[in-house]
Amino acid sequence: MTALGKLVRTTAFRLTLAYALVFAVISAGVLGYVAWNGRHLVEQGMRETVDAEVNGLVDQFRVRGIRNVVASVEQRTRRPGSSLYLVTTFVGEALAGNVARLPTSVLNSAGDYPDTPYERLDDPDDVTHHAYVRVLLLPGGFRLVVGRDLAELNSLGQAVKRAFLLALVILTVFGLVGGFIVARRVLARIDSMTESANAIMAGALTRRLPLAGSNDELDRLAGSLNAMLDRIGELMSGLKEVSDNIAHDLKTPLTRLRSGAEEALRTAKDPQEYRQALERTIEESDKLISVFNALLMIARAEGGRAGDNMAQFDAAEIARSVVELYEPLAEEAGVSLFVEAPGSLRAHGNRELAGQALANLVDNALKYAKAADDGKAEPIAEVQVSARANGDGTTEVSVCDHGPGIPEADRERVLERFVRLEGSRTRPGFGLGLSLANAVMRLHGGSLKLEDNHPGLRATLCFPPPLVGATT
Amino acid sequence: MKILVVEDDRDAAAYVQKALREEGHVVDQAFDGLDGYALAREGNYDVLIVDRMLPKLDGLSLVRSLREQEVHTPVLFLSALGQVDDRVKGLRAGGDDYLTKPYAFSELLARIEVLARRRSSGAAREETVYQVGDLELDRLSRRVTRAGQTLDLQPREFRLLEYMMRHAGQVVTRTMLLENVWDYHFDPQTNVIDVHVSRLRGKIDKGFDRPLLQTVRGAGYVIRDGAR
Repeated sequence: MTALGKLVRTTAFRLTLAYALVFAVISAGVLGYVAWNGRHLVEQGMRETVDAEVNGLVDQFRVRGIRNVVASVEQRTRRPGSSLYLVTTFVGEALAGNVARLPTSVLNSAGDYPDTPYERLDDPDDVTHHAYVRVLLLPGGFRLVVGRDLAELNSLGQAVKRAFLLALVILTVFGLVGGFIVARRVLARIDSMTESANAIMAGALTRRLPLAGSNDELDRLAGSLNAMLDRIGELMSGLKEVSDNIAHDLKTPLTRLRSGAEEALRTAKDPQEYRQALERTIEESDKLISVFNALLMIARAEGGRAGDNMAQFDAAEIARSVVELYEPLAEEAGVSLFVEAPGSLRAHGNRELAGQALANLVDNALKYAKAADDGKAEPIAEVQVSARANGDGTTEVSVCDHGPGIPEADRERVLERFVRLEGSRTRPGFGLGLSLANAVMRLHGGSLKLEDNHPGLRATLCFPPPLVGATT
Repeated sequence: MKILVVEDDRDAAAYVQKALREEGHVVDQAFDGLDGYALAREGNYDVLIVDRMLPKLDGLSLVRSLREQEVHTPVLFLSALGQVDDRVKGLRAGGDDYLTKPYAFSELLARIEVLARRRSSGAAREETVYQVGDLELDRLSRRVTRAGQTLDLQPREFRLLEYMMRHAGQVVTRTMLLENVWDYHFDPQTNVIDVHVSRLRGKIDKGFDRPLLQTVRGAGYVIRDGAR
C-alpha cells in the first residue's frame, strides 16, 4: 500500500471529504436560493420601473399629446443607464427612442414581453440584446414601447455562478488539504501505536503505547490498552512465578522418590527389602499424586466460575461433619476439638469443596494447636470450629486455635501455593492447604480471612449471601 | 466375575486385564467406545470399567446409551478428570462409581467387587441384621453386640461398622469409607480414616481373641470372620 493510498484510506481523510461534500451541497443550495430570490426581486423592480415610466408617459400623452411624449422620451434616453424607449407611428416609423430594431410581432400587439431580442441605437455593433418590454397602443395608432435591458439580471446570475464556483474550489482545496493534515496526524499516531503493538507482540513486553498527552480519544484508548498490558504483564509474571515454584517444589519429593529407589537397588539384599522399598516408592508417588490433585483443583477453582455445581448446602452440617471426621485424630494428638453451630445454616455453594476447604483448615489447626511459639509456654491445645450467619446474609465458618498463628506480614503470602513458613517445614504437608481453601472461597465469590486469635490463628471461610433467585 | 474394560490406552488396559485375571476374573477388552458399547450390550458382564475419554464414542455417551437400552450392568468410570463436577456428570450419566487416574489397583479391585456384589445380591443384601462371626449389628434397633455383649458405639462408628458389615468379606478402602460414611469425596491429607477405624476396632475387637476387623496392607480394611 502506498503512503498516499494509506492516507486516503484513513477514516479521518474520508470524514473530511464527506464533510466537504456536504458543505458543497449546502452552499449550492443556499446560493441557488439567493439567486432565485434575487432574480425575482430584480424582475419585480424592472416591472415596477417600467410601470412608473409607462404611467408617466401615458399621462403626458393624455394631457399634452404625442409631441410632448416624444420630447420626454428624447430627454430620458439621454440619461445614463436609461430604460428602453420607442415611440412609433401606426405604420411602425420610429418617432423617438433608443431602440433600433424590435421584432414586428412584438411591436404589433400590446402586452408584456419578458425576454425580447432587440438592437440598440447607441450600440455601434449590431449586437442583439435582450430586454423586458411593454408595448402600448396609444390613441391615433401611436405605439409606445418601454423596457429594461436584461443585462443586470444576467449579471446577477453570473455573480451567483462565480460565487458558487469559488466556494466549490475553496471547499475542495480546503477539504483535501485539511483531510490530508488531519489524516496524517491521526495516521502518524496510529502508526506509532501499531508499531509499539508489533514490538510488544514480538517480545518487548515492557513497551507501552505512546501517549500524545492531549487526553483525546486516541490517548484514552492507548491508556486503556496500556492498563490492559500492565494487567496481563502482572498475571504473566504471577503465572511464571507459580510455575517456577511448582517446578521447584515438585522436584524435592521427586528427588526423594528417585533416591529411595536408587538406594534400594544399591543396598537391598533380599526380596523383603525390595518389597519395602517398592512400597515406600508407591507411598511417595501417592503423595505426589495428591499434590497434583490439589494443584489441579486450585487451578480449576481459580479459573472456574461459580455455576453448575453450586447449590444450597448446610454450613452447620459441614462444620459438624468435618469436626466429627477429625475428632479422633484430634484426640490422638491431645487436642480438644469443639464445634459450635446452629441447627442448620443455609449457604450457597458446593458442599464438597466447602467441606474440603474446612477440612484443610481443621487439619492445619490440629497440626499447629500444640506448637509453642518460641520460648513461650505451651498453648492451650484447643481448636474451635464455629459456623454462624451474619446479619448481612453472609455465612461464616471459622477455625480458631491458640497455636503460634501467622504473623500479619505473612498472611497474604501463605495463601500462595507451596508457601510454608519457618517452623512449619519440618511438619508434613506441601503448603497447599490454605491455597486450596482460598481458591475454593474465591470460586464461591467469598473469601478466606486469616486473623489473630490472641494468641493463635483464626481462619474464616466467608460465604457470600445466596444470590437472589438462586435455585434451592 | 466377568468384567469388560473399555480403555483406549492399550498399555493401561493390558495392565488392568492382567491384574484382574490374576485375581481370578474373566476380562474382555474394548479399545473404543463403539466396540465397548456393542460388547457391553451383548456380553453378560458383571461390571464395566469405562474410561471417560474414548475414541468414536465417549464414555459418558456410551453409558447413557446403555442405560437407555435398559442395560443396567454396574459401571465404574475411570478418568483423568477428577474434579467434583466431572464425577457428578459421570454419576448422572448412569455410572455407579468414579475413580480418578492414577489410581491404586487395590482401590479399583475393591470398588468393582463392591459394585458386582451389590448387583448379584441386590435387595436381598439389605437385611436388617448383619452378622460376621459372633458380631451382630441390628440396623433397626441400632444395636451392636459381640458374643451377646452389647457394644456402645457412637452414631458415626455405627455407620462405619454398618458399611463395613454390609460389605463383609470385601476390602473397603479409605476413600470408599470417606465417600460412603461421610459423603465427602476429597483426599484427606492425614490418616483421619485410619484413626476412626482403629477406634472402632478398639470397641469391637478388644478383649476378644478373634479379630474381625482386619487391615489389608496397601489397600484398606476388611471385616470377616478370621476362620474363613
